[in-house]
Amino acid sequence: MQHRITTPCPPEALRGLRAGDSVLLSGVVYTARDAAHKRMIELLDAGKELPYPIQNSAVYYVGPTPARPGQPIGSAGPTTSGRMDPYTPRLAALGQTVLIGKGPRGEAVQRALRAAGGVYLAAAGGAGALLASCVQTAELVCWEDLGCEAVRRLTVKDLPLTVVLDAHGGNWYAEGPARWRAKQAEADGERPPENSKGKEDRDG
Amino acid sequence: MRSVLAADITQTVARLCIEANTRLPADVAAALAAARAEENWPCARETLGLLEQNLAAAAKTGLPICQDTGMACVFVRLGGEVRVEGDLAAAVNEGVRRGYEEGFLRKSIVADPLRRENTGDNTPAMLTVELVPGDGFEVTVAPKGAGSENMSRIAMLRPADGVEGVRQFVLETVRLAGANPCPPVILGVGVGGCFDKAALLAKKALLRPLDIPNPDPYYAALEREWLRDVNTLGIGPQGFGGRATALGLAIEAAPTHVASLPAAVNISCHVTRRASARL
Repeated sequence: MQHRITTPCPPEALRGLRAGDSVLLSGVVYTARDAAHKRMIELLDAGKELPYPIQNSAVYYVGPTPARPGQPIGSAGPTTSGRMDPYTPRLAALGQTVLIGKGPRGEAVQRALRAAGGVYLAAAGGAGALLASCVQTAELVCWEDLGCEAVRRLTVKDLPLTVVLDAHGGNWYAEGPARWRAKQAEADGERPPENSKGKEDRDG
Repeated sequence: MRSVLAADITQTVARLCIEANTRLPADVAAALAAARAEENWPCARETLGLLEQNLAAAAKTGLPICQDTGMACVFVRLGGEVRVEGDLAAAVNEGVRRGYEEGFLRKSIVADPLRRENTGDNTPAMLTVELVPGDGFEVTVAPKGAGSENMSRIAMLRPADGVEGVRQFVLETVRLAGANPCPPVILGVGVGGCFDKAALLAKKALLRPLDIPNPDPYYAALEREWLRDVNTLGIGPQGFGGRATALGLAIEAAPTHVASLPAAVNISCHVTRRASARL
């Protein structure tokens, strides 16, 4: 199923998304990766304000290439989201409802999303040129010293994404491959799949 | 003795850094197209379609295919009858510095692994020099992103583990990597040598075009079988499920100790980049 969503996204707007669905996302997303997350948590620890309104916000884990003159951004595909796992539950609890990246998330992130009604959406890893074409504007919010890891406010149009973790406990990194294996087993019956241990047990 | 000028090396490396990051090798692009044609899972076909659209977008805009323009892994095959006029390593690093600046590529190198300050120019290159007979000078730039590099593994297996032990290690490595290394991946497998050599063999295996099998029929057969096995895991493009978990698998083997069976798996993504030139 395909959805069109526009940020900011309150939890009510995300309830209809299910793991495996396609999403075209438009609106404002904020970029942040490892170093920016660390600084945001330090701000919270110090009782200070975050650099952007977190309530119902969307974060994109991306470190783009430098923009050429006249272009808003360089190549801008997702980075591995799992590195942000230590920071994510706290930001989700503050109302950050949409996470965009690639790769599996830990149990604590999955619990936090269920509790807050948030979702984790995957952008195609390695598709930086295509994803950059969805970025209309990019402006620096803070921490320019972090270079490609600085926090930027992007306006995006129809960013193509896949729902990996929905607000109901669905996990497409487990369900997608499991469904494919079941279909294959049905199709060629005799040969058992190599995946005897089942990756979903670890990621589940 | 034939002379090669450091300035020519610099200019060539700079050009190759840009070329490798904006144009996928023909064999990798062909493998991606073939994977899409063979894929029977709609979600996976759609995802592979996005990856192909991305190559078109990069060609049209001149943007890097992937934002992780990587560590500049540079391989030089240096003929014994060639004299480099100048400092080879310095010439390569200057080429990386210029290529990453002029090509608007991302600078992703930190000077120290624990103190982590960015060098600002993507140097130093990860330089490997191989001495070969003759008067040739060949340089390959193979930018390597961290998403897949981080999922790579090495094991010192027992000789008794044999070919099945190495096969299991390869499959386990791909399974553990899951969606992280941006599948469909390309797998470089190094078997034999000593600890460090096995890892280098795995990385070198990634330099071999996907349509060229190992010249030894024994290893060529293993490459076909293990690739087939990997593609029954079901991880699929981007980890969403599907057949195309890997586009290719290359094995490089080397003599080893009577008591050793080192095995290394270097994972690369669907944006496996390499560009070469002769001077």
